[in-house]
Amino acid sequence: MIHDGRFGRFGGFYVAEPLLPALEALEQAWLDAREDSDFQATFRALLSDYAGRPTPLYRSPALSETLGCTVYLKREDLLHGGAHKTNNTLGQGLLARKMGCRRLIAETGAGQHGVATAMVGALLGLEVRVFMGALDVARQAPNVQRMQLFGAEVVPVEAGARSLKDAINEAMRYWTEHIRDTFYVFGTAAGPHPYPSIVRDFQRVIGEEIRREVLARHGRLPTAVLACVGGGSNAIGAFAPFLDDAEVALIGVEPGGEGLDSGKHGATLSRGELGCVHGSLSLLLQDSHGQVQEAHSISAGLDYPGVGPEHAHLRQTGRAIYDSATDDEALRAFAWLCRSEGILPALESSHAVAAALRLTERFDSDDVVVINLSGRGDKDLAHAMSALEARR
Amino acid sequence: MSRFSDLIPTVRAQGRGAFVPFVVLGDPDLATSVALARALCEAGSDALELGFPFSDPPADGPVIQAADVRALQAGTTPPACFEAIESIRGFTQVPISLLVYYNLVLRFGIDAFYARAAEVGVDAVLIADLPPEHAGEILTAAEAHGVDPVFLASELSTPVRLRRIAEVCRGYVYCLARVGVTGTRNDLGAAVGESLARFREAFDLPLLLGFGISSPAHVRAALASGADGVIVGSAIVRQIEAHLQDPDAMRRAVHDTARALREATSLPPTQSEPC
Repeated sequence: MIHDGRFGRFGGFYVAEPLLPALEALEQAWLDAREDSDFQATFRALLSDYAGRPTPLYRSPALSETLGCTVYLKREDLLHGGAHKTNNTLGQGLLARKMGCRRLIAETGAGQHGVATAMVGALLGLEVRVFMGALDVARQAPNVQRMQLFGAEVVPVEAGARSLKDAINEAMRYWTEHIRDTFYVFGTAAGPHPYPSIVRDFQRVIGEEIRREVLARHGRLPTAVLACVGGGSNAIGAFAPFLDDAEVALIGVEPGGEGLDSGKHGATLSRGELGCVHGSLSLLLQDSHGQVQEAHSISAGLDYPGVGPEHAHLRQTGRAIYDSATDDEALRAFAWLCRSEGILPALESSHAVAAALRLTERFDSDDVVVINLSGRGDKDLAHAMSALEARR
Repeated sequence: MSRFSDLIPTVRAQGRGAFVPFVVLGDPDLATSVALARALCEAGSDALELGFPFSDPPADGPVIQAADVRALQAGTTPPACFEAIESIRGFTQVPISLLVYYNLVLRFGIDAFYARAAEVGVDAVLIADLPPEHAGEILTAAEAHGVDPVFLASELSTPVRLRRIAEVCRGYVYCLARVGVTGTRNDLGAAVGESLARFREAFDLPLLLGFGISSPAHVRAALASGADGVIVGSAIVRQIEAHLQDPDAMRRAVHDTARALREATSLPPTQSEPC
């Protein structure tokens, strides 16, 4: 490896030896691509013509009134595929093609990353195999169908809790077995180096567009940027261009599940401890002996006991702060945004909206707040409707 | 100097390669594990490799994963594993190596882990997901407590990587018979001999070949390809899985499987002219 992949003490590449040559080759391809103007031009063209960038920065009257300042929604829900995941899969798909791999594999929780990988596989003519916890296959049926329509094979994972972390384990095993011709499209800003940096690079277009638009409209940077955090890819993409701007508050929102003291949550940054899983040193929900615990969230996409190492670092340095929203709060925000704006947010993104709704006393009238609406909620309809019904 | 330094000279003197079985401690429970370790020693094992169960083992195939699940369901913890090793040390002096994942060591406390390992008679520790680049603290602790740090070598490892591994690896090199995760296979990859020749150049240590070695034929092929010994996990653990309802049958099956593999470690006599 050329870089050690550290963010402070976090990060690194904690994987078994057979994966390291592939990670070294990936790091080299990524570093080359950063300097390769043809690669960058192809990537930018696909982001705009295929995926629909830039996404709108929409001033939300309802949120602005509630918070007493200007509140924007960054509309990643309008990106092709229905979530920010497409930014990353387009980039990694191009890297795979550059490296001569003919097969893409991916893990997926809610199915958004799997759909985005399947889409890119169809676009670039690459075979796609998606690993998905059997529980998630059952609760995200429409996304399974979309993946299959795009030509991907969806492999249900029966191990463990049959959820996202088990899908990652299985994808890593398959990758180890087929390392010579297979590219692992990692979906979030976690995993072994260079993935956290690659995912941040491909997602930082979110923050760059926020920065440019807010500057153009207000002549200044936003007061705060909010984003939900599971593994942390949409949040790191939204935060990255602002890391050196201390005046911009960066607020990540974790899944509080049934409450942080219930033991049923996915708030790794709030409640996790130093640990190592899926290839990087970060914070981790684990028991006293180091066994990884199951996360819980109403949103499958945030249901992850680890978190990207750069977030662990940003939390430690205090550059970003991390709050959480419970299942109930996220559901209320989900319904509220539907009614007040006619926008159907993903349950994941609803966590960021929920946290913002609590910040009514925090901002002055001339402050500018941006919430990253990372995805749309069509995939959550059945689940959210029955959860709302149950709470009525 | 750990017990591993005598391993290869001892078996060579007997005209053999080394046979090293692997089981997960706590599979299906710790008391049975200790009994199985005894059966493995009685079958003539030259060393033992013992795994600590982990919730998320990405280097392991389905057989070892299932063993981890059984062990965790039985409430197995690292402190209890160390106690079990103390019991095992009560009846054998063969070298003992641990195969663990990094988070278990980190959580136990790196120095404390190696101190405890040395105290119960562990000779070597291999951390499956720890590359040499991140091994600094581990090497310090291993050296302080006289435990060999063992690393993996793969046929895909570049010359630079092999040199890096050679700088830090002690005791033996865990050579991967093929690219992939643990598990039984139909045959050994054709490239094993070439890889072992590269490893022989790169390392001044015994080469133990593992991952996918599951039959006496594999053992003979591995030794004929230039390995100093073999590590067999899934083929042994399968016998545990197949006899969960009958501990006596389990012990016998584990013993007999190990015995058959051990008997395949005899090296062919040096070729001589026919009369």
